[in-house]
Amino acid sequence: MPLIKDGRIVEDEWVAVADGEPVPADRPAIVTFERWQAERASFDGRNAALGVRVKSGTLAPVIAPDLDRFALVAIEFPKFRDGRGFSTARELRERYGYSGEIRAVGHVIPDQYRFLLRTGFTSAEAPETTNPESWARALTEITVAFQPSLDDPQPLSLLRRRLGS
Amino acid sequence: MNHIAPGRNAGVYSYDDIDRRFVAERVEQFRAQVERRLSGELTEEEFKPLRLMNGLYLQLHAYMLRIAVPYGVLTSRQLRKLAEIGRKYDKGYGHFTTRQNLQFNWIKLEDTPAILHELAEVDMHALQTSGNCVRNVTTDQFVGAARDEVVDGRVYAEILRQWTTLHPEFTFLPRKFKIAIMGSDADRAAIRVHDVGVFAKRNERGEVGFTFYVGGGLGRSPFVGKLVRDWVPEEDFVAYLEAILRVYNQYGRRDNLYKARIKILVHELGQEKFTQEVEEEFARLRGPKYRLAPEVVDEIRRRFGGPAFETLTDEPESFQAAKAANPDFARWVAVNVLAHKVPGYAAATISLKPAGGIPGDATSEQMDLVADLADAHSFGELRVSHAQNLVLAHVRQDALFTLWTALEANGLGTPNAGLIGDIIACPGLDYCALANARSIPLAQAISARFADPARQQTIGELGIKISGCINACGHHHVGAIGILGVDKKGEEFYQITVGGDPTLTTAIGDILGPAVTADETVDAIEAIVEVYLSNRHDGERFIDTLKRVGHGPFKERVYAAH
Repeated sequence: MPLIKDGRIVEDEWVAVADGEPVPADRPAIVTFERWQAERASFDGRNAALGVRVKSGTLAPVIAPDLDRFALVAIEFPKFRDGRGFSTARELRERYGYSGEIRAVGHVIPDQYRFLLRTGFTSAEAPETTNPESWARALTEITVAFQPSLDDPQPLSLLRRRLGS
Repeated sequence: MNHIAPGRNAGVYSYDDIDRRFVAERVEQFRAQVERRLSGELTEEEFKPLRLMNGLYLQLHAYMLRIAVPYGVLTSRQLRKLAEIGRKYDKGYGHFTTRQNLQFNWIKLEDTPAILHELAEVDMHALQTSGNCVRNVTTDQFVGAARDEVVDGRVYAEILRQWTTLHPEFTFLPRKFKIAIMGSDADRAAIRVHDVGVFAKRNERGEVGFTFYVGGGLGRSPFVGKLVRDWVPEEDFVAYLEAILRVYNQYGRRDNLYKARIKILVHELGQEKFTQEVEEEFARLRGPKYRLAPEVVDEIRRRFGGPAFETLTDEPESFQAAKAANPDFARWVAVNVLAHKVPGYAAATISLKPAGGIPGDATSEQMDLVADLADAHSFGELRVSHAQNLVLAHVRQDALFTLWTALEANGLGTPNAGLIGDIIACPGLDYCALANARSIPLAQAISARFADPARQQTIGELGIKISGCINACGHHHVGAIGILGVDKKGEEFYQITVGGDPTLTTAIGDILGPAVTADETVDAIEAIVEVYLSNRHDGERFIDTLKRVGHGPFKERVYAAH
């Protein structure tokens, strides 16, 4: 599936590994958080980067104790209307100081791209049929924001202001 | 002092270039979303929440566009624009809602981008009037005018409007989220039946702080909001709300539409555990990033300007003489006019509830007239009340007679604010796809039955609220008399509740007995009123008599014939 970063489709260096499939030792791999919990010892001594895919109901405090093992956290949106992931990402960044990649996977739409970036996501997986122009436009169509955010950490004392352009 | 537009439209937050640019960008964004839907790039499922967040519903017969009136405050210019849109794109009228907004019920999808563009010309929009986001914040319709006001709630409601607008974290909540704020001890905003209800107050040092009630709501499971914190300092106002919403966004139920409101979360966790979660989140959030600096509050307050009140005295002679000479005017003053914090002024309620009329409806001609009257008598500013009436908040007492004469001549002088004819009703089965029964014809029949103003005044304070289904948009749970439309084998029936109270002493009404037909409902209301009048002690309100004598006598009379 196309990966969106900085408003355009980019090459995905990560491989998503289904439960039960072997995890490649020599390239960045994403496993389910459940697999990580069940087989964590098997990842000891791994050199290549490891990422986990968490379900929308798996909230930040559950992931937090192992965060330093993950170079990427992929947060699942079972439906784009399920907005828990926005809080999970924000908590990972603000509460647990996570600085790795946070990726939105599952069902997200370009109309949410700004929100994703503002709550701490760095990339998003889009469906095969996605229109790249809509993702690019989502970065520029609204230039005003009223809240502090992760991609623009100004304090609230500037309640109304322009987004950095 | 740097006044903004002194004298004209005073008391309305004035937009600057950034606010305008934002609204214009949102209009363009929606236009593109409509195009992407038409091209098939967005599925209907994906488009739906996007159009809802632009106020566009698909109702029973047509699209409905719900236009935001932030905390119910409008300029005369904005009201004229609404009148114009009503004429141009609807059937020449609009409907004011219990969330202080305005709905047009007969809109074409293809007209909406143009309507939004026209609204933007007068700094208006339809943002977040629907969808699972934080909705238009509501407040006291007498804000900035009431004699009992402690804190001007508009300033904080505007801060919330800004903070909630396209909030990146809280735009896809489990369910809709409604906030109300009051700035006086009296509750004219139904604080404890909101997802979050806030009382703004002052401590002994004069500093502003807030009491938070969370988890109130009506619908199929009514709950009274729980006290979560008695004092949140002004600088933590936004941080505290952020904490509440973050707890809700993470832990609110998403498995069942009917259990997704925050009231269910508060109920299931319990008040103590919920409060603890919020307090922990708040402790982490508190800090410079979310601090509401006093300079920001001052700047937003400054943007409201302030009406240039003159130095006058209460009860001028001409006003007294007019009351003495004209009993109808005197009755309207007694019922529809409220004391103002500034001597010589008054706040006048313009009833949109004429006998036999549709509650909350106003024609484009009436809107134009009210806009003219607002210019002439109330600094070009007016309000929409959650009881679906209009208010001119700053009228000179010596101009009230002129105002009333103009209202009376145009069917807007009904003296029934807060009385039995001042019925709140949802749109019901005449418009709404969710309804089980019609609300409007019943409201019309009841208000026609009690048309006599003298009789209404004798009965006194008695709120009737009608919902056409269990979703309770007509707030029937908190009506002194509540009426709920139900469907019995394809026929419309109505269940009557008594003893509801939307004020700080919040109470959910009790069901009086089996549901009855529409005709029987009107007779039942009359029977209830008769029992009340024959039992009441001097000065006793309906709900107080009910408390004292119990349901028995009412039930007996209503169901005597059955």
